[in-house]
Amino acid sequence: MTIATTNVSTVEEMERVNQMIARRHKINSVIRYVLLIVVGFVMLYPLIWLIGASFKTNSEIFSNPGFWPKEPTISGYVKGWQTSTPYTFGHFFWNTFLIILPKTVGTCISATLVAYGFARFEFPMKKVFFSLLIATLLLPNVVTRIPQYLLFRDMGWLDTFLPLWVPSALAGDAFFTFMLVQFLRGIPRDMEEAARVDGANSLQTLWYIVTPLLAPALISVALFQFMWTMNDFLGPLIYLSSVDKFPVSLALKLSIDTTEAFDWNQILAMSVLAITPALVVFFVAQKYFIEGISSGGVKG
Amino acid sequence: MGGENRYLGLAYLSPYIIGLLVFTAFPFAYSFYLSFTDYSLMSSPEWVGLDNYTKLFTRDRTFDKSLKVTLIYVFSTVPLKLVFALFIAVILNYKLKAINFFRTAYYVPSILGGSIAIAVLWRYVFADTGLVNMALEAIGLEGVNWFGDPTNALFTITLLRCWQFGSAMVIFLAALQGVDKSLYEAAAVDNANPWQVFRHITLPLITPVIFFNLIMQSVQAFQEFNGPYIITNGGPLKSTYLLPLYIYDKAFKNFEMGYASAIAWILFTMIMILTVVAFWSSKKWVYYAGDKRS
Repeated sequence: MTIATTNVSTVEEMERVNQMIARRHKINSVIRYVLLIVVGFVMLYPLIWLIGASFKTNSEIFSNPGFWPKEPTISGYVKGWQTSTPYTFGHFFWNTFLIILPKTVGTCISATLVAYGFARFEFPMKKVFFSLLIATLLLPNVVTRIPQYLLFRDMGWLDTFLPLWVPSALAGDAFFTFMLVQFLRGIPRDMEEAARVDGANSLQTLWYIVTPLLAPALISVALFQFMWTMNDFLGPLIYLSSVDKFPVSLALKLSIDTTEAFDWNQILAMSVLAITPALVVFFVAQKYFIEGISSGGVKG
Repeated sequence: MGGENRYLGLAYLSPYIIGLLVFTAFPFAYSFYLSFTDYSLMSSPEWVGLDNYTKLFTRDRTFDKSLKVTLIYVFSTVPLKLVFALFIAVILNYKLKAINFFRTAYYVPSILGGSIAIAVLWRYVFADTGLVNMALEAIGLEGVNWFGDPTNALFTITLLRCWQFGSAMVIFLAALQGVDKSLYEAAAVDNANPWQVFRHITLPLITPVIFFNLIMQSVQAFQEFNGPYIITNGGPLKSTYLLPLYIYDKAFKNFEMGYASAIAWILFTMIMILTVVAFWSSKKWVYYAGDKRS
């Protein structure tokens, strides 16, 4: 009898505790969502405001903290696009593209070759070269920048796009090579060995077997290189001097310096255009970014 | 594979080896040499021994200021950014429904943060009548003079970098998701509270990733250029004049290549010391799964 009552009260007790726990979980998760939404909003609002402000009149930019323009205008885009130079912003986008294309393609090809060499072959001094790869990963650019400038000057490369992409096309961004080496080490070699038995040489194996398997990692490499090059400012600032060769980042800086003091909406409008390619690419391919960053670890 | 020729691997490495020698190894050594010279591009470098370094440490007030500002910037930005990144990652790691949405949203600033467009935006957001001050006034507070006051100006630069916490957060999140769930179940059996679980289970297990983020973020913070260059141009009163700006001005405006190289080497040495200390101390606080510890 006594035993039975105890059992009943224990069951009731447990139910009550469970309910309490469930309620606390619910409250906690509400707090978490609210926190995430508030933090996210505060973080992203400047970007949202930027887009709205680019359609505002100049007087409204510093008086309306809201998103919606009271008198929407596209004059910022129209006038900003013309720039104060003989070139339109389209020209500067084209220049950026002319840097990005060889840089990205060159990075993918060279990083693949080098990663293949590291991950699949034994050769003298392999350990030394791999240690050097890790060392360059941590080597700050600041220490090599001045001699690189002098080197490019002596090669007659100043005011050309070459200094901006040739080092990367020679596997100069150790991070990408490292990422591909790690990726390759995780891929079993069975298929490659089968191809070898069938008489394929190492280059054919690389092209027909390894590269397709490497594709997802290569997409990450290309995307990050695209993004970083799009954002690169110091490189063009040092190496390019004629306005007709300016990429978007330099052109934007130029427009801050040269635009009339009150034409704010032109600058904001061109800023929106400048971040659009990166945003579009990110949203289309975000999966590859998150994967790339989680697997290799990335700067930024 | 590649058994027939032991040099085949080297052939695949050849682009890297050429690039390494021409664009990294040679410039690295040459910059060390340059730091002991006086070189204004007009004539060939002239050996001056330790003069550049002596001048920097005894007579160059701008360098003193710049060094101090750089250290304040790095040691405030990196911890702030990492703590925030970890905090958000921990919250996201609870089984929330919209985790992918939030992860993407928080990552956006990292994609754009280094760009000139965002530095431009920062100038508008923190201007006297900019977005932040408009918001402050809307809730009845007084606007702040962000760019006129030295302390505030450095703070806006710091915020710009902390705003880009997304990549550090994604790395933390990946590590958190890799923590063995059975450990949490064991902790629940022992009635551990959430803080105890975090402190004694989660935190020790993700130390390798904390370590990685710490080094990468510090190396980058020491080299910050775009933000202060565009937003404040080093001012006011050189309060945001980080060493990379000073190096840039000396090298590419005044063309004092030797002197600028010496500053670059001091900056490099600081980064190396920090990295070495981090590696050395990591033996004490970084736990690698499968570590055998007696």
